Amino acid sequence: MSKKVPQEQYEKTFSYKFKQWLDGTKDPFLDTVEMKRQKPFCEEAGKAERRKQDRERIVRRVYDLEKNAELRIFQRIYRVLAVAFCVFLVVMLLLAVSWLPTFGEADKPVNNEVSARYIENGLQETGAVNIVTGMILDYRAFDTLGESHVLFIATCTVLILLRLDRKEDQETYGANDRLHEPKNDVILQTAAKILVPPIFIFGIYVILAGHLGPGGGFSGGAVIGAGLILYLNAFGFAKTERFFTARTYRRMSFCALACYSLAKSYSFYTGANHIESIIPLGTPGAILSSGLILILNICVGVVVAGTMYTFYVMFRKGGY
Amino acid sequence: MTIFMCILLGFLVICAIAASLSKSLLNTILIFMSYSLVMSVIWILLESPDLAITEAAVGAGVTTVLFLVTLKKIHAIIKKEDSQEENGNE
Repeated sequence: MSKKVPQEQYEKTFSYKFKQWLDGTKDPFLDTVEMKRQKPFCEEAGKAERRKQDRERIVRRVYDLEKNAELRIFQRIYRVLAVAFCVFLVVMLLLAVSWLPTFGEADKPVNNEVSARYIENGLQETGAVNIVTGMILDYRAFDTLGESHVLFIATCTVLILLRLDRKEDQETYGANDRLHEPKNDVILQTAAKILVPPIFIFGIYVILAGHLGPGGGFSGGAVIGAGLILYLNAFGFAKTERFFTARTYRRMSFCALACYSLAKSYSFYTGANHIESIIPLGTPGAILSSGLILILNICVGVVVAGTMYTFYVMFRKGGY
Repeated sequence: MTIFMCILLGFLVICAIAASLSKSLLNTILIFMSYSLVMSVIWILLESPDLAITEAAVGAGVTTVLFLVTLKKIHAIIKKEDSQEENGNE
C-alpha cells in the first residue's frame, strides 16, 4: 500500500524535480550556467576623444617607415619567406608521396593478415556481401558508434552557437530571412516536386542495401538530408515544420543512438564472453541478412539525415 | 581510361589553384563544388563507389549549401546593381 505524500512535501523531493526537468516545464540550470546579456557599450565624450587621438598616434608611429626599422625589414623579407615556406612545404609533401609504397603491390606492409582476414572470412563472419560495410559496421562498429556521437555533438555545438532562444529575436532575425528571396519560385518548386521523391527513394535504397551493394548509413543519410534541404528551400519552413521540428530531431537521434548502443553492446558482450550470438546471419544477398548490420545502417542513416537538416536550419534561421 | 584519369586529375589541380586564387567568394564555392564532383568520379574510377556516393552527397551537396547560407548571412554575396552603384559613386 502506498502512502500519499502531501503536494508541498512532494514538490521538495528529487523525483518531482527530475520529472519537471524531463517534461521540460522547469530547467534547474536556468540562470545559473548561462552567460548574462552584455550591457550596451557607452563611454564619456572625453574618453572617446582621447582614445581616438591615441589610436592615431600609434598608427602614425608604427607605420612611419623611416623610424620603424622593424617594419621595414619585415616588409622586405615577408614575401621571400612566404614563398620559401610554400616551396619547402610542397617539396616535403612531394618527397613524402614519392616515398610511399607503390599502389597495389602484394608484399607491402599494408597487405598484412588483417586485410587478408577481412577479405577471406568477411562474408562468413558478418554475412554482408559488401565487405566495406561488414568492416565498418561489424569488425569496427565501435569506431562508427563514435562517429555517430561526433555528429550528434557537432549538432549540439551548432545549436548552442546559433540558436535564437528569445521570441523577439526569432521574430526580427528569423522572419527577415526570406525577405530577399523570391517566395514561391515556380521553377524551383516544379524541380523540387519532380526531384525530391526520387532523392528520398534513392537515399532509403542506399541505406537499406548498404550490406548488399555500395552505400550505407552515412551516404544514404546525407542523400536524404540533402533532399530535405531542397524541399525546405522550395516550399518554406511552414511545410517542413509539420513533420520535422527540434523535438522530432531530439527523439529521432536519441532513439537511433540508443538502439545502436544497445545492439552493439549485445554483440560486444557475446563476443567478449565467447557466447554464440542468437542473431541469425541469414543467406548472403537477401535484404534481411547479415545480422545487426541492417539495423545499425538505419540508425546511422537517421542520425546523419537529421544532422544535415538541422545544420542547414540552424545556419539559416536559428531555430525550428 | 588512363587518359581520362589524367584529364580528371589535371582538372582537380586546376580547380584547387583556381579556388585559392579566385577573388569572389561565391566563385570559390562553385569551384569547390566542381572539385568535389570530379573527385566523386575519380572515386568511382578507383573502384570505391561507397566513397563516391558520400563525396557527391556531402562534398558537392550539403557543404556547398552550408557555405552559401553562411555567405548570405555575413552579406558577402553582393548583388550586381549594388556593385555597379558603388563603382558609379567612386
